[in-house]
Amino acid sequence: MRLTAENLSARRGEDLIFKDISFSLEGGQSLVLTGKNGSGKSTLLRTVAGLLRPESGRVIWEQEGSEAGMRAAEACHYLGHRNAMKPDLTVQENLNFWKVFCGNDEPGIAAVAEAAWEVGLPDLLHLPFGYLSAGQQRRIAFAKLLVADRRIWILDEPTVALDTGAEEVLIQLMNRHLVMGGIVITATHQPLALENAQELRMTGFAGVMEEMW
Amino acid sequence: MTALLLRDLKLSVRAGGGALIGVLFFMTVVAVIPFGVGPDLNLLSRIGPAIVWIGALLSALLGLDRMFQTDREDGSLDLILMQEHPLALTVLIKCLAHWLGNGLPLVIASPLLGLFMNMSEVAIGATMLTLLVGTPALTFIGAVGAAVAVALPRGGLLVSILVLPLAIPVLIFGVSASYAAVEDPAPFMPPFLILVAITMFFAVIGPIGAALALRNTAD
Repeated sequence: MRLTAENLSARRGEDLIFKDISFSLEGGQSLVLTGKNGSGKSTLLRTVAGLLRPESGRVIWEQEGSEAGMRAAEACHYLGHRNAMKPDLTVQENLNFWKVFCGNDEPGIAAVAEAAWEVGLPDLLHLPFGYLSAGQQRRIAFAKLLVADRRIWILDEPTVALDTGAEEVLIQLMNRHLVMGGIVITATHQPLALENAQELRMTGFAGVMEEMW
Repeated sequence: MTALLLRDLKLSVRAGGGALIGVLFFMTVVAVIPFGVGPDLNLLSRIGPAIVWIGALLSALLGLDRMFQTDREDGSLDLILMQEHPLALTVLIKCLAHWLGNGLPLVIASPLLGLFMNMSEVAIGATMLTLLVGTPALTFIGAVGAAVAVALPRGGLLVSILVLPLAIPVLIFGVSASYAAVEDPAPFMPPFLILVAITMFFAVIGPIGAALALRNTAD
């Protein structure tokens, strides 16, 4: 099981955001992206998740027992700045939807109630998602990662809006995912105590000049 | 996929879903016509099918822009794009849910509005049948417009304008089939079958086009 990025470059409009970024992650390893605002962390995450077409380079996902040519995106959970939850539906309905839609009804995957308990919000399942506070919404969005099994977690500043207690819970959950052989790629401003972490400092546009073009 | 269908249906009937807005708009458009035209019953029954169809077309256009935009705003669209399901199939399901939430209520409301227009039973039945067959085509065509304009803030009017030229044939054949049912010399089946064909054609082309547009909306 291995996720490889080869010479990724991406641009937004006319501007080249980053160039020639390569990394390789095996099961159990994590990658932490740091760097100042606008340095291209989110862009890199979206490129790996297949949501942005790279200007050059490619992302390769190899897994034993899966068919060749599987898109890396299909093995990924992506938690972006937005929580991908409907404010009009209850927490239970939201989580149920993603559980079924991501196609994980197998045993061994956390049930919705279990996932809510793991993130420390077991009593809120009946409330509409829109009624929750920003931190609670973030935690429920994180619970979405637990209800369906994806080997790669791509997290864009997962600890935004969280209190320190919740932050620790989330870091524990990420570490458990790593111990179980998963891969975590995360962009962050706070130091996260992740196991087997490689750090990639994004320098942003300052470090990438236009000599290629 | 059933999960997606159920979720979208739930959203369309909950607050802010807009399923009822379409019906209300439809009723408003058709209900003001008798006041504007005057109490000429013969004239009203003659223009009835056309007015009901135009009203249905306008209300169908009204809700189109929200089809993908709400999903994009809260980030769900990203996750939907990443799944292994073929995107065209996902779009087809979303169209189906959108039609059940926004199109079907129009069809159900049309007999009542037919009464407003002093239409005969046969004309009401024919209009309802053509709406039932024709409104899915409007949704499938609209899906492409909605997908193209998904990244634009306030793209609603743009979607309507993009979609309207393609929706005109649906209107023409829908109205002519409705008239054919009441006016004797004209046959009902040819325009009706063409309407069916248009719907089936766009059921295939629409989701594929919308899927392509969504894939290329990079942000």
